[in-house]
Amino acid sequence: MDNNFELDSIDSSHLDVLREIGNIGAGNAMTALAQMLQRKVDMKVPKADLFEFRDLGEVIGGEETIMAGVYMVVEGDIQGSMMFLLEKESSKHLIDQMLGGYGSSAAGADEFDEMEISVLKEMGNIMTGAYLNSLSDLTGLKIYPTAPDIAVDMAGAILSVPAIEFGVLGDKILMIQTRFTDDVEIDGFFILVPDLDSYKKIMESLGMA
Amino acid sequence: MSNIIKVGMADLKVCKSPDGLTTLGLGSCVGVALRDPITKVGGLLHAMLPDSTVIKNNTCVEKFVDSGLEELVKQMVRAGANKSRLEAKLAGGAQMFAFQRNSDLVKVGARNAEAARKKLSAMRIKLLAEDTGLNYGRTVIYYPETGIYVIKAVGKPEKKI
Repeated sequence: MDNNFELDSIDSSHLDVLREIGNIGAGNAMTALAQMLQRKVDMKVPKADLFEFRDLGEVIGGEETIMAGVYMVVEGDIQGSMMFLLEKESSKHLIDQMLGGYGSSAAGADEFDEMEISVLKEMGNIMTGAYLNSLSDLTGLKIYPTAPDIAVDMAGAILSVPAIEFGVLGDKILMIQTRFTDDVEIDGFFILVPDLDSYKKIMESLGMA
Repeated sequence: MSNIIKVGMADLKVCKSPDGLTTLGLGSCVGVALRDPITKVGGLLHAMLPDSTVIKNNTCVEKFVDSGLEELVKQMVRAGANKSRLEAKLAGGAQMFAFQRNSDLVKVGARNAEAARKKLSAMRIKLLAEDTGLNYGRTVIYYPETGIYVIKAVGKPEKKI
């Protein structure tokens, strides 16, 4: 990999490494979630790929799907952002689990009150923290998440934020995506969006450069 | 039968009435809708960033407000629009999260909307109405027949501008 690293030079072996990062990171996050909920949580095989901006909506299951997105800035040896996306029903379900039925009764099925938002934010915080810790252990790089911020809105609108970050660098977005499920229905994604330099550092630290 | 043509992120499309144009889940991006009220040729641009001149990687003209609008007008004229008659409506440019890392990207939504106003004015295209800013996503549908721009947002009544 040369110094003029570009998104276009990413090949299938790099994507394999990214998938593995997604696997380990999400695995750790799942463990954290399972401990919080005291129940089993499974995840699907992660995807890492470059997507055209115009295909982004399809990737996440529709631009208008309402989701809770917890957004964190990543700092330290690498720079980027991390997003944890959870479908609205799954969010309610998780809040129910955490707070003993609070999620469906409080603000109603379509709204989230302050308490629920704060639970989601904390959950996002713990899970992305676990994800990034494992990435840090794996690479030996220092990786710190900053305080999380949350938006509940259409998936397309939420994803416009990391997409624009990538838009500065190129014409595609690189996403490491992991879907997870528990006995009931939790449908969510992690999206790690390293900038190009950081991506290069991650590859180098794993002996891929 | 009329169709509603979908425009993706960093994308633009041109249509002719009775067809319409839509783009789903605009966040910090902007959706700029144009039409010629006589020939009823319409166009919609979904742009992500304000300015193609400050970014090295700018081969995708639809990604930017400035180069995207130029391309959109070019394609609309080819489809039968008269440039001097064009009128515009604008939506999007929200700030989805209270803070964002990259200082260049702080308030990118507001900067996208401002870039659209400036570019339209430089191209002498009248901006008739806008629904921009704040902190929520918007789905838009544009009808070149009437120039009505429908704006939908989660938990809010539908708006027409």
